[in-house]
Amino acid sequence: MRPGVWTVYRWELRKLISLKRTYLGLAAAAGVPLSFAITLALKKGQPNDVPFGAYVHQSGLAIPLVLLTFASAFLLPLITALVAGDIVAAEDQNGTLKTILTRSVQRGHVFFGKVLAALTYTIVSLVLLGGVSIVAGSLVSGFNPLRSLSGTTVSATSALWLVLASFAVYLVPLGTICLVGVMYSTVTRNSAAAVVGTLVTVLLIELVGILPGLGFLQPYLLTRQFPAWQGLLRQPIDWSPITHSIWVCALYGVPAVIAGYLVFLRRDVAGG
Amino acid sequence: MEARGLVKQYGRITAVDHVDVTVNAGDVYGFLGPNGAGKTTTLRMMLGLIYPTGGSVRVFGRDPITEGAAALEGVAGFVEAPRFYPYLSARKNLEMMASYDGNGARDRVEAVLDTVEMTARADDKVGGYSHGMRQRLGIAGALLRDPKLLILDEPATGLDPGGMRDMRALIRRLADDGMTVLLSSHLLAEVEELCDRVAIVRAGRIVYEGAISDLKATAETAYRVRTNDNTRALEICAAQAGVSAVRADGLEIRMEANEPAMAELSVALVHANLKIHALVPETATLEDLFFHLTEGSTPGEISAPVIDQLAAGGAA
Ligand SMILES: Nc1ncnc2c1ncn2[C@@H]1O[C@H](COP(=O)(O)OP(=O)(O)O)[C@@H](O)[C@H]1O
Ligand SMILES: [Mg+2]
Repeated sequence: MRPGVWTVYRWELRKLISLKRTYLGLAAAAGVPLSFAITLALKKGQPNDVPFGAYVHQSGLAIPLVLLTFASAFLLPLITALVAGDIVAAEDQNGTLKTILTRSVQRGHVFFGKVLAALTYTIVSLVLLGGVSIVAGSLVSGFNPLRSLSGTTVSATSALWLVLASFAVYLVPLGTICLVGVMYSTVTRNSAAAVVGTLVTVLLIELVGILPGLGFLQPYLLTRQFPAWQGLLRQPIDWSPITHSIWVCALYGVPAVIAGYLVFLRRDVAGG
Repeated sequence: MEARGLVKQYGRITAVDHVDVTVNAGDVYGFLGPNGAGKTTTLRMMLGLIYPTGGSVRVFGRDPITEGAAALEGVAGFVEAPRFYPYLSARKNLEMMASYDGNGARDRVEAVLDTVEMTARADDKVGGYSHGMRQRLGIAGALLRDPKLLILDEPATGLDPGGMRDMRALIRRLADDGMTVLLSSHLLAEVEELCDRVAIVRAGRIVYEGAISDLKATAETAYRVRTNDNTRALEICAAQAGVSAVRADGLEIRMEANEPAMAELSVALVHANLKIHALVPETATLEDLFFHLTEGSTPGEISAPVIDQLAAGGAA
């Protein structure tokens, strides 16, 4: 069998498993919902200004949804950027690009293997955050029915499916940030610069959203696609923010991948 | 392997300036030049790691620049110090490279570890390895590909004397097993010991290409001659074609000539019934020539013939 994307992907995962950095992000993805649930168990208060914040004591299934809003500001983009920003640049800094690019895999396959590995890591951290918050939330506040954003009550089982679907919808903008991170990693060839660059990009986009006079841009900002999952929690389900999110994210993600790919293909491997 | 008119510019620096190199199957080919001459840059282009500003490379008839990894079938090697994932063991690093090679390389991991005598330390993380162990692991990684052409960039540089000796012995062994080797080095002695053909590169340009023996033969060197009748010998020397700067120096006659001219001269002296007491080349000729070629002010000022006799047939 000729080595290709799949070969690279499998080894990228093995490398991630051997790296400390990987567990840093995963620990945060599991630790934040855990400590949030523990805090709720100990204190009476609740975050009233976020969707589902008012129900965190009535239904454990509100807790993963509250965390989705909290985590989108910084935590999940950071976890994602930490690995995506490192995945190409680390090879530059280690000097190992020449090691793998003098074998029989094509450069393009190396690039896409890395993209897939970074996306996998993003998915794993999101699954971890979701899983821990669903379990811990249900233990703390009960596996109870949930009040939808339209005011209707949703049975616990349906609510669970909606929560899972919400995480899947949330993956669209988060995955896009991952792709932007890989692009920065490829272009800057420096892990720290790529991580910071990704986060600064997220913050700048957010800043554009609050600048006066630029309000018309808001629907097209990457960070404004994070709450798209809320469409699922209406009755009937409102699909429009979700489809909107998908094509807006594609506007960011596709150019990022193409740019990263072309740079990786054309670049000189002169270091190491 | 054939490079034609290779040029690489980094901004305003021309690292490689119209380099032509032909390595034929079975050669142990030396790529000799001082630091910064452009050896590594040339090898990077041959391995498809960097894109030339001009010129072309053919390896077994394929172009690593346009075809990428597919053109490196049968080729292996490394430039500068080989690099690995420090947090993985040597065996894991090799297994990964083997996966990226395909072509049954996974089955060769243990054998190549054995070849470079690393089996005992194969499960230690590469992060803790010495420079010498990494060099050997680099060779192991190259051998995984079961290459017909092995490209090595100063593999013995930075090793202690024992490590250097072992590395050279290893290269010699691989060459004796029929592998074609392109070896870059800044050490003349190394190339002289291992290689039969050589390209000498200076400031990005080839100043000599050909067999080492030819290089020696064409070198104009100082000789000292002592005979039983120096007065007559002096006349004969001065009259001899290809011999110059003849002068008496105490009991000896000094002159400059190349090897063939010197051979003719010795015959002429004997024909004149002179007894030759001594005929001594003044210095270690190749060393001088190397310095002259690589540090002289005008490259190519020595009329070293660029021998291309093998370009016609069997280019690897
Ligand atoms: N990535 C690079 N960027 C700029 N200049 C470079 C780069 N790599 C090499 N050079 C320059 O090219 C010249 C040749 O370098 P190199 O090929 O490494 O020489 P050698 O291997 O013979 O010591 C040197 O002057 C070096 O400074
Ligand atoms: Mg070098």
